[in-house]
Amino acid sequence: MTVSTQAQIQAAGQAQPQRKRRELSDRAIVNLFIWPTLILLIAWNFFPLIYSLFLSFTDYSAIANKPPQWVGFKNYADILTDTQMWKYFATTGRYALVTVGMQTILGFSLAVLVREKFRGSGLVTTLILIPMMLSPVVVGLFWKLMYNPSFGYFNFLLGFGNPVNAPDMLAGRFANVPVPNLALWAVALVDIWMWTPFVMLLVLSGLKAIPDYLYEAAAIDRASSWFQFWRITVPSVMPLLMIAILFRTIEAFKSFDLVMGMTGGGPGDQTELIAVNLYRQAFLGQWRTGRASALAYLILIIIIAISNLYIRYINKANED
Amino acid sequence: MSSVELQHITKKFRTVTALNDVSFTVKNREFFVLLGPTGAGKTTTLRIIAALLHQDSGSVLFDGESVDDWTPADRDVAFVFQQYSLYPTMTVYDNLAFPLRSPMRKTPGPEIKEKVQRAAEILHIGHLLDRKTANLSGGEMQRVAIGRAIVREPRIFLMDEPLSNLDAKLRESLRVELQHMQKTQGNTTLFVTHDQIEALTMADRIGVLNEGRIVQVGTPNDIYDRPATTFVAQLVGSPRINLFDARVEDSQLWLVGSKISVPCPTDRTMPATVQVGIRPEDIQPDPKGKFSGEVILTEPLGVETILHIRSGEQVLTSLIPGISSMRLHDTVHFNILRDRLHYFDDSGKRIGQ
Repeated sequence: MTVSTQAQIQAAGQAQPQRKRRELSDRAIVNLFIWPTLILLIAWNFFPLIYSLFLSFTDYSAIANKPPQWVGFKNYADILTDTQMWKYFATTGRYALVTVGMQTILGFSLAVLVREKFRGSGLVTTLILIPMMLSPVVVGLFWKLMYNPSFGYFNFLLGFGNPVNAPDMLAGRFANVPVPNLALWAVALVDIWMWTPFVMLLVLSGLKAIPDYLYEAAAIDRASSWFQFWRITVPSVMPLLMIAILFRTIEAFKSFDLVMGMTGGGPGDQTELIAVNLYRQAFLGQWRTGRASALAYLILIIIIAISNLYIRYINKANED
Repeated sequence: MSSVELQHITKKFRTVTALNDVSFTVKNREFFVLLGPTGAGKTTTLRIIAALLHQDSGSVLFDGESVDDWTPADRDVAFVFQQYSLYPTMTVYDNLAFPLRSPMRKTPGPEIKEKVQRAAEILHIGHLLDRKTANLSGGEMQRVAIGRAIVREPRIFLMDEPLSNLDAKLRESLRVELQHMQKTQGNTTLFVTHDQIEALTMADRIGVLNEGRIVQVGTPNDIYDRPATTFVAQLVGSPRINLFDARVEDSQLWLVGSKISVPCPTDRTMPATVQVGIRPEDIQPDPKGKFSGEVILTEPLGVETILHIRSGEQVLTSLIPGISSMRLHDTVHFNILRDRLHYFDDSGKRIGQ
């Protein structure tokens, strides 16, 4: 008797802590994964979000050493009635329209070209992708050098030898005569150069997913290549293209690093995009933290509204 | 509708010869089935006829006229792919109308509508016309794909295993419909399949393709009753034909490894060693039968039963009508229908008629 019961007790004694440990560990692992993430999210995202929402209703300045004073919707009203702010919004809208538009057209065209297999097509694709892998600040700095009217490659390649009657892109002048918006288009060009590959990449993955037999069926059905392009290629790629456009639109409204690297908003306020202005209000000069927070919320609302339009369109396209 | 003739078509993919001197003719209004295992070159043949591929040598003739320089659009064929090649994001109606709307065809609007309606009626997809193709079942998709082929009057229908992605029941019903459609409309059809039942049931004539070569062309009867090679004999018929090595001794044919012998046929010259093919239905149990063996497996199928009979080291398959009362390990006596035997030489070629 004694031997067997002892063995049983031993076995039970061993089994119990094992089971207990496993019960604990499941729970512990869950906590281990969730809480650090949650704490980080709360500290870095959630708290600033709520706190800045609060600040946007105050006259707080981060350097004033004064507690925030509640001013209600004054900051919002000020911004929305400020014609200067409307100008920045308009500049940003124009910038977004041109960059995203050109990136879509060029990215799509490049994708269609690169889809064809030719000698070295893999290498060409990789080379095209390089700009989007660079840091925006670096891109801004070296394009600034390239645009330089005295020694930049840009003018040299365009055939302007003498800096006196050549364009100075970032200064917004041609042969020392101011050209409206030239600087803005100069920055837009860099944005297009940098992010066209992103659109190309997404479109390319969409193109590669179209089965060959659809084109073969269309060829047999006597569809012209134009017809094939509009009725097979475009609809198949549309969902991915829309996602690329959505991403680029959001990014365009947040454009900051490229502009800061090249013009810092100048000359005058030609390249003063809304995000650049936000930075200026928040961290330069008067440090108008409350007003900057309100502006940040307005930008957020615009981006959410635009994203919603796109997402609704994408969902509708997917349902069909 | 047209007749289509292939003359000495050869096609290589790098080092692999997909088609090797393939010649055959699909007559006007004929249902021709190209039968062969996977990789035999069936699809390549279809694609060459449709001009989706170009042959390395040989030519394709439509109604006796060479069409080698013609594009897919010029050749005016209809192609039904194995994958339901429907245009996504379009409705069923638009898919059916697609070939008619081609700028090369310029079909007037009311006529398009009428033709689409008629095709939809034939294929029982009238109620689906407004649906998007993504929401259709496999059977419905393939009907639409076939519908897209029949809305116009092509010179030939090319069908690349259109039924193989469907479940058994659907395959059977669509098979009957296809056959009915072809017979009533008299479409020239080249149908590719690896399924011998589809070939035997639908074809006016069958071409058997193996490793890029045409092995035999003939009516289903020819193919079944007079297979040109052991390959063809084994390809058609289910259960498979019994194939044994045999020795000729004293004008008797002994099946190697069994106690079975049959008199040597006298109407043809036989080499010393041959292969003998016996269709399962030609092995008939009979209490007074000349041969005997042991039942080692029965497969009752309802209408018929497959008996596996061991004789010596060999196992014969016999197909008998109805449900058999035979049990495992019973001794069974049987006869072999001698005039239905198939003889092949060592290289697998048929001997005699």
